[in-house]
Amino acid sequence: MIETENRIAQLFERHDGSEKIMSLFLTAGYPDPQATVDLILGFEENGVDLVELGMPFSDPLADGPTIQYSSNVAIEQGITMKKILQIVEQVREKSQIPIILMGYINPVLRYGVEAFCEDACNVGVDGLIIPDIPIEESGILKKEADKHGLAIIYLVAPNTSDERMSKIDEQSEGFVYCVSVTGVTGAREGDEVAKSVQRFIDRVKKNVTRNPKMVGFGIKSHEDAQRIAADMDGFIVGSALIDTIRKHYPEEGWKDEVFAFVRRLKYGKQ
Amino acid sequence: MKYDLPTKEGYYGEFGGKFVPEILIPVLEELEEAFNDAWNDESFQREYRHLLNEYVGRPTKLTYANRLTDHYGKAKIYLKREDLCHTGAHKINNAIGQILLARRMGKDRIIAETGAGQHGVATATACAKFGVDCIVYMGAEDMERQRLNVERMRLLGTEVRPVTSGSQTLKDATNEAIRDWVTNVEDTFYIIGSVVGPHPYPKMVRNFHRVIGDETRKQLVEAEGRETPDYLLACVGGGSNAIGIFYPFIEDESVQMYGLEAAGLGAETDKTAATLSIGQPGVLHGSMSYLLHNSEGQIQLAHSISAGLDYPGIGPEHSYLHKTKRVNYKAITDDQAMEGVKLLSETEGIIPALETAHAIAYLDELMPKTSKDEIVVLNCSGRGDKDMGTISKNIEH
Ligand SMILES: Cc1ncc(COP(=O)(O)O)c(C=O)c1O
Repeated sequence: MIETENRIAQLFERHDGSEKIMSLFLTAGYPDPQATVDLILGFEENGVDLVELGMPFSDPLADGPTIQYSSNVAIEQGITMKKILQIVEQVREKSQIPIILMGYINPVLRYGVEAFCEDACNVGVDGLIIPDIPIEESGILKKEADKHGLAIIYLVAPNTSDERMSKIDEQSEGFVYCVSVTGVTGAREGDEVAKSVQRFIDRVKKNVTRNPKMVGFGIKSHEDAQRIAADMDGFIVGSALIDTIRKHYPEEGWKDEVFAFVRRLKYGKQ
Repeated sequence: MKYDLPTKEGYYGEFGGKFVPEILIPVLEELEEAFNDAWNDESFQREYRHLLNEYVGRPTKLTYANRLTDHYGKAKIYLKREDLCHTGAHKINNAIGQILLARRMGKDRIIAETGAGQHGVATATACAKFGVDCIVYMGAEDMERQRLNVERMRLLGTEVRPVTSGSQTLKDATNEAIRDWVTNVEDTFYIIGSVVGPHPYPKMVRNFHRVIGDETRKQLVEAEGRETPDYLLACVGGGSNAIGIFYPFIEDESVQMYGLEAAGLGAETDKTAATLSIGQPGVLHGSMSYLLHNSEGQIQLAHSISAGLDYPGIGPEHSYLHKTKRVNYKAITDDQAMEGVKLLSETEGIIPALETAHAIAYLDELMPKTSKDEIVVLNCSGRGDKDMGTISKNIEH
């Protein structure tokens, strides 16, 4: 491993706040492994600052229909942990965009936590988001992740107490993932997110003071993002991206449509 | 040997815990506090006991199975008659306990998952009794297999939501119930149907079923002048009926316990639900336990002739009791279970549930090793009416 400071930390250090940091979630192996590599490389040229690469799981109980679908497609096409790590390796030949692996703990346990952290570090992964590992269960992962320089990013939710938010802020590295609404992942109708979110954002501002703050869940457009992330360092989009891929794949020029969507997300209508 | 698990963090050795999204942590903390408070509150206990007696029909009988005993000519066999509970299985003990807790917490929307439909029916029944809204998630394939129970739930005023994701069976129904729960955390209470899920569910469901073992202890004194049997047998899906009868005897080292899981077509085939026999530890539905999963950690589909045992996981406390060898877990095939159905029907005039039949089938193996002065208690977890369709398709007369 090259001894660089973690790419996520560098990203937030460089960030001057003039525009919001944009992180995109996509499922590794959807629509296929090579496409995942191409998409990530294209993202970087189209304003994406950070990539959350989903490790598909057969039973994604915090995910809505969109990510259930992309996970199923990837699994049916034979995605494996090894192949996910190869995707990162291929991206790293050309790009230094920060990459976080996101997924449920069981495939990681089965691979072996120690081997997983070591291999992830070697291919150039920067961090981990494991939604079914709350801080109470962090012991299972922390030692190995620390040893290999992988940031563990924890989540806070609208029903997380003030006290717990600051505890999570203390344990999280890289940033804190602020889940804007209760429920599963998935793009929300209309203004559903914006309406309920302000009180939560205010509490996050007060209690998460150590880490950068990224807000996600339900964001589907530039306008959503600007409103919801006004007081945050940036925002995360997942299901709306996958819905867009699903709409255009495999027609001719589908990637250009996806990149156009990504530019609109970041910069608005131009 | 003192037994006081789970730990404060919800662990049974290395098994258990709370592997859930952040949104559920405050809810589980609230639930744990409410449960501990209720469990130690005499008025809650009084109301729970009253309903068990007057509505469920407890205590259930401990029936001496004389013809079954004669069939083997060895130890005396008793049946703990959970099949006589209202709705036909032990599941109602837990449904009643949890609905009382839900009301105490001011939650007026109930959700549940169901496989065979027994837990769904028990929950629908408890909700009807209390006039509370109830939604049951059920795999579309299970709805097909267990039509009668779907009709029962609907008649009881429950909305049965078909689950078409994944394998369309119990594990997917559980995923969908959890998705509903994280979306509606404020007003919704999730009544889990077995000793699975994140802490405090495995402990709570165990406590609501321990009445099975507690009664057995008293009834054995009356029947035999002794408090403990030599052998306890129960079938294991998630493991609620088994832990209900085992738990009050765990510290009695002389009691040998057998948990019978479903081998399906055979534990060595890929059509099986023999989680402890062939599974590996992992995390599913919020706790660390043995699981059926492939080398990539993807959950495998279980198979059993009995929908109630057709689950790729098992409660974390059973994983612990397996690992420490306090309980012996054995796997019983579909064919053996069918033989068990016939045996109990013909010798005792009791048609058991296909789940229960797995425990009965193990008698063939166990009984020759017993002696006449010993006592076997088998937990007759449910009656077989719900399974008549499957039974008549598979039985050889
Ligand atoms: C009669 C009966 N016994 C046993 C089970 C299995 O569940 P558990 O292992 O939680 O007792 C079921 C589940 O539906 C059942 O209906």
